[in-house]
Amino acid sequence: MTAVHHVKAHAVHVAGVGHDHRRRRGPVTTALDGVDLTIAAGEFVAVVGRSGCGKSTLLRILAGLLEPTRGTVEVTGGADHVGMVFQEPNLFPWYSVRDNVALPLRLSGMDTARRRARADALCRDVGLAGFEDAAPGELSGGMRQRAALARALIRDPAILLMDEPFGALDALTRDEMVTDLADLHAAAGATVVFVTHSIPEAVQLADRVVLLTPRPGRVHAVVDVPLPRPRRDTTEPAFQDVVRQVRDALGAADS
Amino acid sequence: MKGVSALVGALVTVVVVLGAWTVATAAGVSALVLPPLGSVAAAFVTLVRAPVTWAQVGVTATEIVGGFGIALVAGIVVGVALGRLRWLEQAARPALVAFQVIPKVALVPIFVLWFGFGPTSKIVLAALLAFLPITMNVLLGVRSVEPGHRDVLRQLGASRRQVLRSLDLPTAAPAVLTGAETAIVFAVIGAVIGEFLGGSQGLGHVVVVAMNSLDTPRMFAAIVLLALLGITLHGMVAGARRVLVPWHTSA
Repeated sequence: MTAVHHVKAHAVHVAGVGHDHRRRRGPVTTALDGVDLTIAAGEFVAVVGRSGCGKSTLLRILAGLLEPTRGTVEVTGGADHVGMVFQEPNLFPWYSVRDNVALPLRLSGMDTARRRARADALCRDVGLAGFEDAAPGELSGGMRQRAALARALIRDPAILLMDEPFGALDALTRDEMVTDLADLHAAAGATVVFVTHSIPEAVQLADRVVLLTPRPGRVHAVVDVPLPRPRRDTTEPAFQDVVRQVRDALGAADS
Repeated sequence: MKGVSALVGALVTVVVVLGAWTVATAAGVSALVLPPLGSVAAAFVTLVRAPVTWAQVGVTATEIVGGFGIALVAGIVVGVALGRLRWLEQAARPALVAFQVIPKVALVPIFVLWFGFGPTSKIVLAALLAFLPITMNVLLGVRSVEPGHRDVLRQLGASRRQVLRSLDLPTAAPAVLTGAETAIVFAVIGAVIGEFLGGSQGLGHVVVVAMNSLDTPRMFAAIVLLALLGITLHGMVAGARRVLVPWHTSA
C-alpha cells in the first residue's frame, strides 16, 4: 500500500524552497530553507513541528498567499484547484452560513440557484444541515470550522490545504472533526496537506508525516504511516508505535 | 421584558423632570426664567399651528440634511483614502489634529462673510462639524479588515472589486454608521448655531427672536420642536444602521 503514491502522478512538487521574513527593522529571519517535498495525488500528508518551524509558511506558499524567496513550487491544476482551511474559520459575519459556503462559487460567477443547491449539499456533507440560514456568530467553534471546510470543498478542489484547522477546538470536538475529516477524505479522495502540532492527530489522518524543525525550517524526517483505515482506535499498540516513532524523530531533532 | 422596563424607566424620568418643573413654577420662580408647563404647551400648539413654522422647520432640516450629506460623502472618500494610504494619513495627521481642536463655531463669522446670511453658511458649518466623526470612523473601519478574511479572498483569487464589495465595504459599514450617528447630532448643532449667529430663517432664528422679545414660553416651544427634529433625524440614521448592518453586535 505504501508504494502506491510513488506511482501516481504528483499533485504537489516543492524543490529547494526557502522563505525569509523581512521586517522593517531588525535582521532577516529564515523561516524555511531547502525544503523538498513531493506529494502524490490523493495522498494525505501531515506536516508536524513546533511553533515557529515554518509549517504555516510552507502551507501559505502552497496556497499562493506567499511568494517563496527561493526554490520552485508546482501545484498541479493551479490555484483554482486548491481549497484552504485556516486556523480560524474566517467566516464573513455579514453572510449566512450558506452564503459563506457558496462564496467561492459567487466569485467565479455561478448563478444563485445553482450555487445555493451546491452549498446546501455541502452543508449536509459536513454535518451542518439545518444551519444553512444561521449567522456564523450563532454557531459553535466546531460548527464554524465545519462551515469553513465546506467553503474549501465547494469548488471540488484537487488539493485541500489545512492550517491547524482544529487547533482552536476543545478535545472532544477535535476528535469528532478528525474522524469526520478522515471519512470525507476517504469519500472524496482529494490530496490533503494538513499542518498540525498534534502528533496523534497527524498519525490518525495521514499517509505520511513530514517533520519540520525550526530555525531555519527544514524537513527533518518523513515517517510513513502504514496503518489500515479507518483508524478509530488510537489506543491500539500499532497506532501508539507510529506515534512513538514520530515523537522520537522529533526528539532527535531537538538534541 | 427588557423593553418594558426600559420604557417604564424613561417614563419615570420624564415624570420626575416635569414634576420638578411644576413644583419650581408653583413655588414662585419667575415665569420669565421658567414659564409654567401650561404656557409652554400653549405656545407649542400656537407654534405648530402656524404654517410659517413649518417653513422654518423645512429650512433647518434642509441645512442639517445638506450638511450631513456633504460630510457623509466627503468623510467616506477622505476616510477610505486615509485608511488605505498610510503615507497620506501621516501627512494629513497634523492637519486633522488641528482641525479637531479648533473651535469650529468661531469660524461662523468667516462663513457668513464668504457664504452670506442664507442657508449656505449653515450647511457649511453643519458639514464641517459632521465631517470629522465620519472620517475618523471610516478610517478605523477600513483599517479593521481582518487579515484572515483578506487571505480567504486572496486564496480564492478574488478581484479588487470583489474584495471591495465582499469585504471592505461590509467591514467598514458598522463604523461608517456609528460615525453617521454622531455626525447627524453634530450637523444639528452646526445648523442651529449658524442660525443663532447670523441669519433670518430657521428654528434657531425663531428661538433667538423669542428670546429677544422676552417670550420665554415661545422660546421653550421652539427648543422642544428643535429637539424633536434632532431626535427624528437621529432615529432615522440609527434605524438605517439596524437595517444595513444587522449582523453587527452594536446594531
